[in-house]
Amino acid sequence: MNEIVFFINKVLVAGLVTGSIYAMGAVGVTLVFAILRFAHFAHGDLMTLGAFIAFALTAAFPHAGAIFGLPTAFVMLPAAMALTALLAIWIDGRFYRPLRERGAKPVVLVMASVGVTLMIQGLLRLFAGTGTRSMFIAERKDIFRIELPFELARRKIVITEPQILVILFAVVAAISLHWFLTRTRTGKAMRAMSDNPDLARLSGIDTQQVVRTTWIIAGSLAAAAGTLLSLDVALKPDMSFNILLPIFAAAIVGGVGQPYGAIAGGFLVGFAEVLSVFNWAILLRPFRPLLDGVVELPTHLAFVPTEYKLTVPFVILVAVLVWRPTGIFRGKVI
Amino acid sequence: MSFLEVCDIHAGYGGADILKGVSLSLREGEIGVIAGPNGAGKSTTLKAVFGLLHVSKGAILLDGNDITNRRPQELVRAGMSFVPQEKNVFPSLTVLENLEMGAFVRRDDYGHMIERIFDFFPPLREKAHQPAGELSGGQRQMVAMGRALMTEPRLLLLDEPTAGLSPKYMSEIFEHVVAVNRSGVTVLMVEQNARQALAIAHRGFILASGRNRHTGTGAELLADPEVARSFLGG
Repeated sequence: MNEIVFFINKVLVAGLVTGSIYAMGAVGVTLVFAILRFAHFAHGDLMTLGAFIAFALTAAFPHAGAIFGLPTAFVMLPAAMALTALLAIWIDGRFYRPLRERGAKPVVLVMASVGVTLMIQGLLRLFAGTGTRSMFIAERKDIFRIELPFELARRKIVITEPQILVILFAVVAAISLHWFLTRTRTGKAMRAMSDNPDLARLSGIDTQQVVRTTWIIAGSLAAAAGTLLSLDVALKPDMSFNILLPIFAAAIVGGVGQPYGAIAGGFLVGFAEVLSVFNWAILLRPFRPLLDGVVELPTHLAFVPTEYKLTVPFVILVAVLVWRPTGIFRGKVI
Repeated sequence: MSFLEVCDIHAGYGGADILKGVSLSLREGEIGVIAGPNGAGKSTTLKAVFGLLHVSKGAILLDGNDITNRRPQELVRAGMSFVPQEKNVFPSLTVLENLEMGAFVRRDDYGHMIERIFDFFPPLREKAHQPAGELSGGQRQMVAMGRALMTEPRLLLLDEPTAGLSPKYMSEIFEHVVAVNRSGVTVLMVEQNARQALAIAHRGFILASGRNRHTGTGAELLADPEVARSFLGG
């Protein structure tokens, strides 16, 4: 029983948290690709940027969270999302739109986004340094230990407040996104433009408005994912480099341009990661008396050492590109 | 006075002009058909009228207003609709959503228009919630025309609406074009099946190498032995 609780803590909770973060990032990447037809490499930096904005707001009003009984950074999240969305629109207008209007090829836009990545990272380090920070300034991280009503389970399910918030936020975001894409005029126009941009234009769809909406969704989800990730772990200026690969893997696994695919891909990559670094020796422990004398159980038995976690999305990415380049949901082939 | 007046336009895709002086005029409520051999500039003429490529010389007037080189979005608002030859539906959107996208520029209640289009194209009513990409070629063409009619346009431009359809669907589409026209919409269409198309046309324009070759009523052109010999396959 204790082993199962350990599995829930280390795999179920961790997988849901990681998957939620990846899903929110991957939806942004996939939507930008669906509408603007280029791989937006600066997406990880929109996440870092959003997290730093949330951090700055938390530092400015460190006691705001107490009013709601929530972490201050979470209370500041709507403001951080709005500001990041505005910045995303500004970045598009400054760096990507001029290229689009000159009919630049997608690869040129990809390179421009690499430039934006370097720029944002440089600016963040310039103003905020390179150190790791905690998003909790005037408060502590709440940790819940849930006791199970079983005799055998002495271990408790451990979940932190940020982890609960991540999962709940991702669920609400996914439902809102579905509602937006299928029920609203602008959401349908987004899907139409993803399907057939020329026809969208000659149907009279306001494509500029669709592009703006895309950045609003991508930017605000990036800010949310970045802030929630920093709440769960810590705020680091190099977050984006570590998160970019899993997010792209998630978007591609799900089928590029398919928002639901990106959500599925996010959880797939998230769970693959936690399952591959999980110490399976612990689950085998109850069988030790049976195996005694047959094989000796190692104390640590994982597919991948934790430090090499990042290879997991990379392997998934390569496997998908080799065997099913369109992804699970049949997206656009890059 | 004519409703659509194209005066001696020159246009192309950036390189040399494909249209080297095309003129046509259409009165309100008429069906105009553009026919001619491959590469004559038929589709190019239609695209130039809808602002999809740059007109370097000449003028296009809609109801007396100069609309030369106006953007498609403005032309939709001015009462024009265009049905491209290929990729003319949003495949992952349902039939109903395709029609809603046709009405994107409308801020009023267009529910009655959806009803009218379902009355016009009955097969679409039962497929309303199916993705348009799953429909047959003929039904997709109906979705495409339905989408274009959602704005209640005064001028409908159709680029080879029967391309790739079986003969059965072909005559069905021609019947629909006539019905749309009878409901008060002026139609300008490009057609490969010139004989059938000219039979329903009030005005016919036969182009060759980017210029007008023959112009007349549909019946006149069909009766002209030279047109028959050169362009209608004997």
